[in-house]
Amino acid sequence: MMFDSYNENTLQYYPEKCINCLMCIQVCPHGVFTEGEEHVELKRPSSCMECGACAMNCPVQAIEVQSGVGCAWAMIRAALRGKDMDSADCCCNGDSC
Amino acid sequence: MEYHYTVKNMDNNDKGSCCQPESKADTRQFIQMIDLDKSSSAPEIRETRSTISFKDRFDHFLARLGVSRMGHIVEPGIYRLGNPDEDSPVFVSANYTLSFDVLRSSLDGIDCYILVIDTKGINVWCAAGKGTFGTAEIVYRIRWSGLSDIIKHRNIILPQLSAPGVSAHEVRRMSGFKVEYGPVRARDLPEYLKTHTATPEMRRVRFTFWDRLVLTPIEFTHIILPTLIAALILYLLAGPFAAFIAVLIAFTGAVLFPVLYPFIPTQDFSTKGLILGAIVTIPFAATIAAGSELLLWEGIVAILTIFLLTTSVTAYLALNFTGCTTHTSRTGVKKEIFRYVPLMALMAVTGMLLLIILGITRLMEVI
Repeated sequence: MMFDSYNENTLQYYPEKCINCLMCIQVCPHGVFTEGEEHVELKRPSSCMECGACAMNCPVQAIEVQSGVGCAWAMIRAALRGKDMDSADCCCNGDSC
Repeated sequence: MEYHYTVKNMDNNDKGSCCQPESKADTRQFIQMIDLDKSSSAPEIRETRSTISFKDRFDHFLARLGVSRMGHIVEPGIYRLGNPDEDSPVFVSANYTLSFDVLRSSLDGIDCYILVIDTKGINVWCAAGKGTFGTAEIVYRIRWSGLSDIIKHRNIILPQLSAPGVSAHEVRRMSGFKVEYGPVRARDLPEYLKTHTATPEMRRVRFTFWDRLVLTPIEFTHIILPTLIAALILYLLAGPFAAFIAVLIAFTGAVLFPVLYPFIPTQDFSTKGLILGAIVTIPFAATIAAGSELLLWEGIVAILTIFLLTTSVTAYLALNFTGCTTHTSRTGVKKEIFRYVPLMALMAVTGMLLLIILGITRLMEVI
């Protein structure tokens, strides 16, 4: 889709590993997962903001995501300083945010 | 007390360890690692109230303006709200005054304990992203505060937005305490506590008009100095009209965009910014076209200059607003940077060159 850079992300879900503990549903702030019969279902993958809460709280590693902060200012600043953009920290340092 | 650890060390490397009972060996190892001696005395339990005073509100006002950004700190420790007993719930909070105050004010009439952890004065979600609101800090504070001796149960209620930094099963494995994620918004806590279940609505993060509006003062504060410098340069180059445009661009990017962006077409922040910048250009273009003393070519160049500078700067400010939102992914933002920043740079440089040409022309006319 044109002018939509947010339709893809790094979220990976392996339903065969899911033990249906529903922790991902509890922690996801965007309703990406919903309850299923035998395991959780990935309902709205494009809504994922890669915060990493689901993967962090999945006890069986059924979810993988390259979590990070979607902050252009921090990423551009990291790039200008010759650092890896993916390692950019949240802008809540010092006088920001 | 000084303690040292890295959150990464505490990340979950354990396969299938869901909800295992407390492992004393794990806890002991962890406590040794952070230099917390068993004989250390627990800190005193402090009192707090659910009412927000004028002083608190003034502190919030300063925090919103970005004044002394790292100075809005609550002392870590255990706080008593009301008259809690050993069965009362325990809530965990960041040590940022806004986070702590919104929690305690939402718990009016509820007897409970609040365990404030050290997030370096950063709010819950940002601290979770950094890892300071994390598994290791929570396990440490549970032990440090002597929470096990204060309450009988072994449950702690965390804000849902702390989940990116906390591994609930690891906290349980290392401390014996079960993590319960409360709702996104503290104001839903009284309803949540009736059943200890959050509705899907309580679990969803929103970014309302008000949420966006309260961010605008700090956004404007960030760019006020470069704006004044740009306005001064433009005043010298092209007069007060150009200086006013510089201030208006800053206002558009830092205030109008955050408030209006959900209503602007397209998904990308950069294209939304380009559109808003183009709309803001229209009145200036109309003013120049209607009654300017400029020659025809000068008028066209002036309009083009305003268009290029306004759209590129607004788009850049719009892109930078991604970090303040509640829904942009790193993958998407990165894609936006590579897609649009070269275009913004090209537009800005072309606009600056045209501005210099206009400035030189006017200077020559005066001479």
